[in-house]
Amino acid sequence: MKKTLMILLGLLLAPIPAVTAELTGAGATFPQPLYSKMFDVYYKTRGVKVNYQGIGSGGGIQQLIAKTVDFAASDAPMTTSEGEKARSEILHIPTCLGAVVITYNLKGNPELKLTSDMIADIYLGKIKYWNDPRIQKLNPDVKLPKLVITPVYRADASGTTFIFTDYLSKAVPEWKEKMGVGKSLNWPIGVGGKGNPGVTSMVQQIEGSVGYVELTYALQNKLPTALINNKAGKFIKPNAESASKAVGKNVPPHMKVSITDTDSPDGYPISSFTWILVYRDLSYLKDVNKAKELYNLLWWIIHEGQEFATPMNYAPLPQSIISQLENNLKRLVFGNQPLWKI
Amino acid sequence: MENLKALIQRQSGNIIYRFASIKKLLNFDKILKISLFISAALVLGIVLGFVVTLCVASFDFLKSVGFSSLLKDTWNPLTDEFGASPFIFTTILVSSLSLLLSIPFSLSIAISLSDKKGNKLLQSFLNTSLDLMAAVPSVIYGFWALFTLSPLVRLLQTKLGFAPMGVGLFTAVIVLTIMIIPFSAGISREVIKLVPQELEEAGYSLGATRYEVIRSIILPQAKSGIIAGFILSMGRSLGETMAVTMVIGNFNAFPKNIFSPANTISSLIANQFNEASGLHQSALIFLGLILLVITLLVNLAGAFILKGSRR
Repeated sequence: MKKTLMILLGLLLAPIPAVTAELTGAGATFPQPLYSKMFDVYYKTRGVKVNYQGIGSGGGIQQLIAKTVDFAASDAPMTTSEGEKARSEILHIPTCLGAVVITYNLKGNPELKLTSDMIADIYLGKIKYWNDPRIQKLNPDVKLPKLVITPVYRADASGTTFIFTDYLSKAVPEWKEKMGVGKSLNWPIGVGGKGNPGVTSMVQQIEGSVGYVELTYALQNKLPTALINNKAGKFIKPNAESASKAVGKNVPPHMKVSITDTDSPDGYPISSFTWILVYRDLSYLKDVNKAKELYNLLWWIIHEGQEFATPMNYAPLPQSIISQLENNLKRLVFGNQPLWKI
Repeated sequence: MENLKALIQRQSGNIIYRFASIKKLLNFDKILKISLFISAALVLGIVLGFVVTLCVASFDFLKSVGFSSLLKDTWNPLTDEFGASPFIFTTILVSSLSLLLSIPFSLSIAISLSDKKGNKLLQSFLNTSLDLMAAVPSVIYGFWALFTLSPLVRLLQTKLGFAPMGVGLFTAVIVLTIMIIPFSAGISREVIKLVPQELEEAGYSLGATRYEVIRSIILPQAKSGIIAGFILSMGRSLGETMAVTMVIGNFNAFPKNIFSPANTISSLIANQFNEASGLHQSALIFLGLILLVITLLVNLAGAFILKGSRR
């Protein structure tokens, strides 16, 4: 009797042997729809289940540092202090690109051109009306009304705000000095909406408002978007193609880099990579097969997985960086075994 | 049929017999005492656990910034400035304004619902609607406020010459008022029903009008309970998060006028907690602790008022 009980107890407590490796990740909500699609296809074709929880970039990084997930996803590269907490090298693998668009509520949805200075001045409260001479001069074809501009920002801390302010800090010295770069800022004017839907609903309701949202969200909801000038002086319409083109020729090999305010002449200037973050040494996973599965998944994402980006309004990685990315993935090891050789 | 009855009787007799034999073995008084003690201790333990957790998690913040943040007014996570005063002010302002606004409505609803001479059909209909209103999730109120109330507020703002934002302090106060009416009215209704009918009848027999009976007999009799109801609903409005976050405009500064966008403690936490880390997270937890203290003070004040009114 006792013996059977012991056996039963043992069975209950023993870890359930995994038939196939299961991978878990957590992080950014922006690429979540794309990842869900990718992981669904991956499960159907490769039989490996990937669980992804969109808890926000910061949360994903914290879980990666705590080693409770196999990979994290983030819209912003890890900060120096986060990197120190991890105590081991972390690779930044870009999976696709995102862009932040400027949307607005004006009668007749005219297509507007805006410069970085104007956007900064609107959010600093210096440009107060739509018929401001600077905006009117740049848009001679549109009759702009004397209407108060209400800037709408993200009330929740978000990667979208990070990309937006990163761009403004690079392009506008005054912004860098007064506001800075971050996921949530001390806004001097305007109203806050929660999430992309919150900002969008505020913009759609308040006549004369202006807001910034994710490109994918704006495309799905067919919002009016402003053309923004890039470093080359061209006004670029935001779409998946112009976001991909923001990846210039001088991307450093580690890819942990902001590409806002790009040098690339046809690139949309408020674009950014979104990354999957993994430890270079995956021996903490304790299971070499699992580490190999993770390596396979990442390899698949930067190759076959890319075809799912465009249909879902995400910007795919440009071909020019794929071979460098392959080299980066080959640096993944399990202890002292390179994973690509296993 | 008769057989079935007999069977049931026999069976139940059996059960009672067995029950009695167990009763001899166990001392139910003792068991009741122990289980009551455990439940009561658990409640106390959970509250203490909350306080300890909040204190421990906000320790980092208290060590490096401290209570001085309560007086500062700049909230900027980028520069590690965590001035809490605008949020504390807005929280108290929003909930007291909505409480004040709700008093006339709740009182009249409660009085008319507990009127023994009232139309019974109308009263039962109103009772059901009031209970339904209390059961509506706050996110629904938030949606309604964002899509129905805020356009109306925008019209008002345009008329009065304010920037037509539609969201802000005013919208939040209105939606909170509507949300707490069912609570304060519901409790007041129950209390007013407890006023002895003899007193009312005595009032009428002395020639008092309906209004005089309500003013000089019913309300003084039910005063303590009504106040308790209002304080409970203020507790609810202090911590209300979802609906407020959706319409208050989420602006981290002191409101300049009644239409300004602002932020309460709970809406700030709801907005920023998921991406916060380090000192920022600790600061938000500290604000949570402050909210707990405010709620506690409000409840204590309520208890004090109740005690005073009983004398």
